[in-house]
Amino acid sequence: MTTKTPRLTPQQFEELGKDLDALRQRLLDDLGEEDRKYIYDVVKVQRALEVAGRGLLMASSFPPAWIAGTAALSLSKIIDNMEIGHNVMHGQYDWMRDPAMNSKMFEWDNVAPGENWKHSHNYIHHTYTNILGKDRDIGYGVLRMDEGQRWNPYYLGNPAYAFALMVFFEWGVMLHDLEVDNLRTGRKKWSETAGVRRRMWHKGLKQVLKDYVLFPALTGPQFVATATANATANLVRNIWAFSIIFCGHFPTGVESFTEDETKDETRGEWYFRQMLGSANISGSPLFHIMTGNLSHQIEHHLFPDIPARRYPQIAGEVRAICEKYGLPYNTGGLTKQLSSVAAKIVKLALPDRFWRKPSNPGTRNVKEGRALRVA
Amino acid sequence: MTAQLERKRRFRGLHLLEALATPHSIDRYLELLHPMLVLREIRGEVTSVHRTTRDSVTLTIRPNRRWRGFTAGQHVRVGVEINGVRHTRYYSPATSERSRDGRFELTVKAHDSGRVSRWLHANARRGLVLHLSPAEGEFTLPTTRPDRVLLVSGGSGITPVMSMLRTLTDEGHHGEIVFLHYAYTEADVPYLNALRELAARHDNVRLLLAYTDVEGGDLHGFFTEEHLRAAAPWFAETDTYLCGPPGLMAGARQVFDRLGVAHRLRTEDFAPPPITVDAEDATGEVTFGRSATTAPNSGRTLLEQAEAAGLKPEFGCRMGICFTCTSVKTSGCTRDVRNGELSTDPEEEIQICVSVPVGDVAIDI
Repeated sequence: MTTKTPRLTPQQFEELGKDLDALRQRLLDDLGEEDRKYIYDVVKVQRALEVAGRGLLMASSFPPAWIAGTAALSLSKIIDNMEIGHNVMHGQYDWMRDPAMNSKMFEWDNVAPGENWKHSHNYIHHTYTNILGKDRDIGYGVLRMDEGQRWNPYYLGNPAYAFALMVFFEWGVMLHDLEVDNLRTGRKKWSETAGVRRRMWHKGLKQVLKDYVLFPALTGPQFVATATANATANLVRNIWAFSIIFCGHFPTGVESFTEDETKDETRGEWYFRQMLGSANISGSPLFHIMTGNLSHQIEHHLFPDIPARRYPQIAGEVRAICEKYGLPYNTGGLTKQLSSVAAKIVKLALPDRFWRKPSNPGTRNVKEGRALRVA
Repeated sequence: MTAQLERKRRFRGLHLLEALATPHSIDRYLELLHPMLVLREIRGEVTSVHRTTRDSVTLTIRPNRRWRGFTAGQHVRVGVEINGVRHTRYYSPATSERSRDGRFELTVKAHDSGRVSRWLHANARRGLVLHLSPAEGEFTLPTTRPDRVLLVSGGSGITPVMSMLRTLTDEGHHGEIVFLHYAYTEADVPYLNALRELAARHDNVRLLLAYTDVEGGDLHGFFTEEHLRAAAPWFAETDTYLCGPPGLMAGARQVFDRLGVAHRLRTEDFAPPPITVDAEDATGEVTFGRSATTAPNSGRTLLEQAEAAGLKPEFGCRMGICFTCTSVKTSGCTRDVRNGELSTDPEEEIQICVSVPVGDVAIDI
């Protein structure tokens, strides 16, 4: 997969590492009151939306209140999970030494327990980003998202699995930490998942109790209407989070790597892999906030522990660094990136030989033609 | 009985609220309305600010309902946000433990290198909300009050013994109380007026001010045996309570040791003593698991060794009190530099700022 992209020389890799380290240090030195104020402002908006949503749903049998309440609650859950939860649990605000914003203590409004997620996400995914066989986020152990994953008939269901994962995304994220694929191959024992399962059970129970028992019960005879509203808000958040996250690493042009290629990586090579293994989504400032600034996936993967509000600020510089070394900077609107992902899901459902002729005839022919001419 | 029932009911209400707020604490909602509305955390609002000497500031604090009071001589952890970062320091209330309105006072001296003290000196104002811990510490008077007592302090170490003095006079204690305080000059004595007033009002209170830099005090220079004999000839029969800078502490300890009455000296360090570790017997290697770094054991604390290896573990007090730096030691043996206690179990949480490796150690940093 990496053949299209220029490999850099060792000196270039070193220089790239230095450029990005310098940028990182500049950001770290600049962290302060503004970043604290920002995240607390976001929290205020999210909590206001949440309280408003729950409040409106006290009249959930009245359709306008149902619609407005569900909308407010959906937005609340999206902000809670993305701009606050994902980023706080990355340790982006640990420097504040504020227990309420500390990655070790924070929990999000989502059935996946933070502790499990942090292991799968912060450690496995962010360290081994896009390394086939190591980054379990490539297809999440369910989908075929890279040609490097060998096709088998199971993958005919790729679009159906993707759809199910989208609808039940929070549950998918939760179960992801069980590493079912590793259990099946025997790389991990069932007994080793005891802690993970206990946390899932506790967190899942509390979330279900809140959204599907307590709040509906508080609305008395409107129980069903409120439960449906809460389910809808969870669904909206699931679809949104799935869409944004799938645009982060799966659009066309994003590179994947092999374990051999990434053995004994230098700092510069690690940065190189992070940049080439991620894709951005362009949009308005509000859009960026609603994605938790994961629309700046490239910047996020370079500096996962720096407050996300900084990503848009440095995007120009990161892009310039990419240009300096002739590296691609993968970005596009949501529609473009999403359709590219959708196309990939469908395409990879079928064996590669099915597409070989119709989809890649040009390159083949040109290459063969050139070879003929040389000969 | 009714009060108990009511508390039970209130707690059940709180549990329901927390089940509704899950996964966030109910405080994370309440604090957005007003930082003092929190139910679970201890906080205190500054209700007045006095600048008593040129470099110290006295804050009156109204704690919330979670505060369980303090015993004279104890300290409390105070947290403030400075440029977005929470900094915490220990301060001892200077007021009587028997205050009627539940408020207490903290006197903070601005040290040149003290980030928190300088910030408070410059920025403390009415309405500022502080993060507090429960009061803690063993530097307290026995519940059966001693017949005679000598209270010795230096600089801003005055606060815990000031609290003892105020508590004893509040209680109508009749035994003799000698209050010996060390300062550079008269202008540097915190609570000067309050002290003089107390001494004038209570026959059993004797105030002795010792100035180290100028003449004119009741005593002159640093703590000596003569000072001790002049202040309390009966020092061998009762306990002396001492809090002050390292120089005063060391001086007083020497005097008490020489006189064979070291057991009569009760102390509270308010500046961390320098941690000395014998580098001779440092063997083995330190493995920082999370960052995949290994370094030969230099004999210094694990926090310092981690920093020397280019890592940035979290830390706070660096003297083993705030637990900010607590990390999991995956294997090996460490020694607590404060008491020599060994930690030999694997997977044990240790405070890396006060732990030195004994041989090979692996730690999850």
